[in-house]
Amino acid sequence: MSSFVVTLIKGAIALNFALVIAAALVYLERRISAWMQYRIGPNRVGPFGLLQPLADVLKLYTKEDVVPYNANRAFHRLAPLISIAVALSILCVITPASYLLLEDGTKLFIAVAPNVNVGFLLILALTSIGVYGITLAGWSSNNKYSLMGGLRSSAQMISYELAMGLAAVAALMLSGSLDMNQIIASQANGRWNIWFQPLGFVIFLVASFAETNRAPFDLPEAEPELVGGYHTEYSGMKFGLFYLAEYANMFTASAVMTTLYLGGYDLPLVPQLLGVQEGTLPRVLLELATFFGKVSVLLFFFIWVRWTLPRFRYDQLMNLGWRVLLPLGLVNIIITGAIVFFVR
Amino acid sequence: MNVTTNTRAQRMNFWEKLYLPEIAKGLALTFKTMFRPKLTRQYPEERWEPLGSYRGRPVLVLEEDGERCVACGLCSRVCPALAIEVQAAETDRDKERYPSKFEINMLRCIYCGLCEEVCPEEAIVMSKDYDIVFHSQEEAIFGKDKLLVPIARLQERLEFLRQYK
Repeated sequence: MSSFVVTLIKGAIALNFALVIAAALVYLERRISAWMQYRIGPNRVGPFGLLQPLADVLKLYTKEDVVPYNANRAFHRLAPLISIAVALSILCVITPASYLLLEDGTKLFIAVAPNVNVGFLLILALTSIGVYGITLAGWSSNNKYSLMGGLRSSAQMISYELAMGLAAVAALMLSGSLDMNQIIASQANGRWNIWFQPLGFVIFLVASFAETNRAPFDLPEAEPELVGGYHTEYSGMKFGLFYLAEYANMFTASAVMTTLYLGGYDLPLVPQLLGVQEGTLPRVLLELATFFGKVSVLLFFFIWVRWTLPRFRYDQLMNLGWRVLLPLGLVNIIITGAIVFFVR
Repeated sequence: MNVTTNTRAQRMNFWEKLYLPEIAKGLALTFKTMFRPKLTRQYPEERWEPLGSYRGRPVLVLEEDGERCVACGLCSRVCPALAIEVQAAETDRDKERYPSKFEINMLRCIYCGLCEEVCPEEAIVMSKDYDIVFHSQEEAIFGKDKLLVPIARLQERLEFLRQYK
């Protein structure tokens, strides 16, 4: 098989997997939020209500697609596509396991696009494009509330991308590479970046909450003042795409944090104890389980925080971004740089 | 100048200003809540049984030998929503009168209970029914067939009325 076909197959698997994860996250979000509020949550559709996302999607598909009067139709249609496309395209560099050694001695890498030497830069660049979807959605809707939501979103993303990038720089200095495989390899055997970069991890975590527009930074869709924010004027599956993109973003943000700070698919001691060799199928499965275990912990944390904290005020959001996280990120870089320079 | 300096923000100590410990406290609270008993009632399966004081759908009391109502029309007169219509007719029983037609428009009824309060015979009482549904406006007009309820099922309400009315 040519490598092109292999990549296509891997891409298809990754896309479908991400969409299933996003659907599952919608269900989990509703269920966990219910538990945190002394409620039960959706439990009627299918066993334990597991088919609820399916019913939701069915409902969205049968909805009328309303486009507001005087809306810019082309951009109105394009915006949700940008959102979902960007959210899903980040998956190509996510490395959930190392490689499988085939019989003829070649390595089958599990990542869709393995060994991209600018892997992490690609992620930062793609997340920046994601803001276009939201801003365009707000602008093209011909609705002042949507526009406000879109503007807020772009301001927020620009503010927090800086802090996020600075936090990432410090972690990347330790790893010495932008390649996702190398980043994980440098954290092998429990030398995870989170132990050396606790401050950087907190900054990155807070910034990724803002990047994914999740509470407590979900100002772009603040219901009380903006009706629904940038997706007020969207209906049917177009709205569904935004919704899906939010959860897909959550998944990719968790995967990136796992890679950068939690050692990716590294699980210290266990492979040695079980005696599974690198490149064998059991090892790959173990790595996948480790990676998605870590990701799901972070995903639960995303949901947990959303149903605990109230939303920030806009000035508080800007204060936190520019006057707290940005200086902290810079200090973190200087300290890390000094230590890397003098110790190694 | 009326400047307040001792604001809540200034009274916060260092750890509170740092947010993170307070956030951790909040997270601990929501996490504990996840494992507490749920308050949700699974409605169609688990129903709430109201007390005698509950003012549900108004119904007519049906005794062994027929309805109690003597069709005096007081309920119809007192009804603030004009939901009740009564037509009287004669009967051979001791009471001499009975309602040949008794209709309550459930779309108009506001469950105030004035009909019950004004009734001299304790013939119209508020029941415990609270799931009142219909598919059309015609269906919403309840005639005698739906209004008459055996007295045995209304004992709790009648006792409540005797005690507190």
